Amino acid sequence: MVQKLNTLQESPSQTAGPFVHIGTVPTYAGLEGVYATELGQSTVSDGAKGQIIEISGRIIDGAGGVMRDALFEVWQADSQGLYAGQDGADPNVTGWARVCADPEDGKWTLKTVKPGRVSMRDGRIQAPHIAIWIVARGINTGLQTRIYFNDEDNSADPVLGRIEHKHRVETLLAQKQAEGRYEFDIRLQGEGETVFFDM
Amino acid sequence: MTAALPKGGSAPLIPRDRTVHPVPFDPDYKTSVTRSPKYALLAMESTPTEETGPVFGHDLLGPLDSNLILNFTRGESPAVGERILVHGHVLDENARPVRNTLVEIWQANAGGRYRHIKDTYFAPLDPNFGGCGRTITDEEGRYQFLTIRPGAYPWPNRGNDWRPMHIHFSVFGSGFGQRLITQMYFEGDPLIRHCPIVATVKDRSHIDRLVAPLDFSHSKPHDFLAYKFDIVLRGRRQTFFENKPEGM
Ligand SMILES: [Fe+2]
Repeated sequence: MVQKLNTLQESPSQTAGPFVHIGTVPTYAGLEGVYATELGQSTVSDGAKGQIIEISGRIIDGAGGVMRDALFEVWQADSQGLYAGQDGADPNVTGWARVCADPEDGKWTLKTVKPGRVSMRDGRIQAPHIAIWIVARGINTGLQTRIYFNDEDNSADPVLGRIEHKHRVETLLAQKQAEGRYEFDIRLQGEGETVFFDM
Repeated sequence: MTAALPKGGSAPLIPRDRTVHPVPFDPDYKTSVTRSPKYALLAMESTPTEETGPVFGHDLLGPLDSNLILNFTRGESPAVGERILVHGHVLDENARPVRNTLVEIWQANAGGRYRHIKDTYFAPLDPNFGGCGRTITDEEGRYQFLTIRPGAYPWPNRGNDWRPMHIHFSVFGSGFGQRLITQMYFEGDPLIRHCPIVATVKDRSHIDRLVAPLDFSHSKPHDFLAYKFDIVLRGRRQTFFENKPEGM
């Protein structure tokens, strides 16, 4: 016998299911007015400093189908690379939002501020990125990935640098379409599969 | 422009123990077949991005947000079903309470029907039941909801699959990397052992941790029964040896 560890184990995840919107974005499910404030409607409010950008895309399953029931959350720094709550962070950037695929065509759009570079504990600098966490029916544990930008210098990013198959870095780069406009598709499985993290 | 390091709260997260979680690909849960990545997840230490997260103030909540019996009718008339209190603690892996964190739930009504544009089960909607609730844990990490016991319902998967009675839970913690969605099941429900979604968790002992026991100590005579459901989120690594330059 040995001494007992006084630690606990994380609760197992279970799929968010097809009706995740009821609990998270009730107006999407058709539930109006239960809550006075629906959470996660935008990462920014008026007056946020920096460039306002729009990213849109689709989430595609392993059979090439566009997922219309998926929901993801984003978490990002402000234009100076500070997260909400940190000293000096932009008071008009919450950095967190919920994004739903359109129930008809599966397209999603995120309007936000372009994030700045974020320091790591050891002083290395991460390229501008938006963390995303995807849940849906058929996803048993929420999937973590990141949006980077193809018009930024990503060469020294410590996270992208860990991707062994360099051609897969591309799956994390939002593609600039016009000034302030990007496209970013997420592929859950198969050809062009997005890099997902465990971090 | 580079950022200063986050003040406080940026201790690294304990890496996820994937053995407690469901397998991503499980042919018995058919939708997972095309929605599970084929490549391995890329594991690495959390960064300030995963170690920070949104904070929600108690002022965001309305007085009935955690009362699903009354919140859909704004207190006018109660939902149909067996009245229950669902309560518990949100803790981290270091067994410490997770304070002031948002907990959101959603569930079917007493007949097993969801109030959602995409639910087509013919069990009737309850005009007095919406099915969503939310609250923020207190200083000891406690939360509670007053609701009705949801019904079991059939779902298209194999020929005749039914979901056991369950409540969906979404929990935050203090870092985005702690984000968790799970489901609470009810003690004694015979459908638990037939459900392919439950069975995506391969170790019986971990399934048991999602089953809430009946809790008479919190039930109110002549009013409601109670079920206790504790939730554990990822913790943060506890060590004196952080923030040292590499090689030290
Ligand atoms: Fe459900």
